[in-house]
Amino acid sequence: MFLVPDIVVRFYHRMASPPHFYSFTKKIMPWLVVIFVLLTGAGLYGGLYLAPADYQQGDSYRIIYIHVPSAWMSLFIYMVMAITGAIGLIWRIKLAEVISISSAPIGASFTFIALVTGSLWGKPMWGTWWVWDARLTSELILLFLYLGVIGLYGAIDDKKIASKSVAILALVGVVNIPIIHYSVEWWNTLHQGPTVTKMDKPSIHVSMLIPLLLMALSFKFYYLIALIQRARVELLKRERNSQWVKTMLAEQQQ
Amino acid sequence: MKPARKQRLILISLMVIGVSIATGFALKSFNENLMYFFSTTDVVDGKAPKDSLFRLGGMVIKGSVERPNDDMMVRFKLTDFSKDVTVEYTGILPDLFREGQGIVANGKLNPQGVFIAEEVLAKHDENYMPPEVKQSLKNKSETGKGQ
Repeated sequence: MFLVPDIVVRFYHRMASPPHFYSFTKKIMPWLVVIFVLLTGAGLYGGLYLAPADYQQGDSYRIIYIHVPSAWMSLFIYMVMAITGAIGLIWRIKLAEVISISSAPIGASFTFIALVTGSLWGKPMWGTWWVWDARLTSELILLFLYLGVIGLYGAIDDKKIASKSVAILALVGVVNIPIIHYSVEWWNTLHQGPTVTKMDKPSIHVSMLIPLLLMALSFKFYYLIALIQRARVELLKRERNSQWVKTMLAEQQQ
Repeated sequence: MKPARKQRLILISLMVIGVSIATGFALKSFNENLMYFFSTTDVVDGKAPKDSLFRLGGMVIKGSVERPNDDMMVRFKLTDFSKDVTVEYTGILPDLFREGQGIVANGKLNPQGVFIAEEVLAKHDENYMPPEVKQSLKNKSETGKGQ
C-alpha cells in the first residue's frame, strides 16, 4: 500500500473509526444539505422551465430529469454497496459494513422511481406500460436484488453474520450491473440506446443536457445525505455498548 | 497485506469472476430469446416463426403509410435498411408513430407474407433536441443534398 499518499491513508483510517465518522458527518451535514438544495433548484428550474421542448416528444420528455438520474443512481449505489461490502468482508471494517447495508434501501428507492417513471412515460410514448425487454427486465431484477439484500439483513439477528451474507449476495448480483448498462446495445430492446454515456458526442442538445447533469449531481448529494443519516443510526445501534457512545451520551445529558 | 486478508480478497475475486463467466455463458446460450424483436431481414429470410405470434421491429419507410379502406386499418412498410416487410394494423397508433420512426409490432405473418399486427409500439430513439435545432438540421441536410 506504499503507492497511496500518506495523507489519504491517514484520512481513510480516521474515517474508518466510528466516533470520528460520527462527529465528522455531523459537521458536514448542513453543507451537504445546502449544496443539495441549490443543485436541485437549479436542475429543476433548468429542466422544467429553461430547457426547450423536444422536437418529437414535446414536454413529455421532461421526465428524463427524474428518470435518468434515478436509473444512474440505482446502478451507482449498487456498486457502492457491493464494493463496501467487499471491503467489509476482506478488511473487516465495521464502517464499511454499515455503509453497505445503509445504501440498500436508498438504492431500492431509486430503482423503484426509475421503473415507475419509465412506465409512466412508456404508456403515451411507446403505447405500453411495460414490456419484457432486456433493459426493463434487468432493472427489475436489480430491484429484487436490493429487496433481497434488505430482507436477508433483516432476517439474521447477528449483524456480523448478516453483514457477511449480505455482502456475498451483493457481490454475486454485481454481474447484473454491466448487463443493465449494455442491455440496449447487446440485444434488440424497446428501450432506446444510451444518450449521454456513449463514446462520441451525446445525442442530446446542450440546453437539455446541463439540467440533466445538474439533477444527476443533486441526486448524488441526496444519496450522500440519506446515506449518512442511515449510517449514523445504524452505527449507534451496533456500537451501543461501546465506550465512545456512552461517553457521548453522558456528555449530552449534562 | 496480511495473508488472511489476501486469501479473502482472492476468494472474493474468484467468486465474482466465476459468477460473471457463468452468467456470460448462460446469456450467450439464451441470446436468441433475449432479443425483444426480429428484424425485417430475419422475417424475409424465414428465420421468424411461421404460425405463432412474434415481434417485428424496424423503421417505417417514408411515404409507405396508407389507409387503403376508409376504416382504422393502416398499411405500411418496415425496413432495417436492407429488406422490407409490409405490415397491416387495425387500431390506434401510439403518439410517436410516424414515418421514419422505429417501431415494434406484435403479430403474425399471413400466407402472403404480410405481417398482421395486433399491437404496435413506438421505439423512441436516443436523440433529444429542441424543434428549432431539428429544423436547422433538416435544412442543412436538404441544402447538402442540393449541392
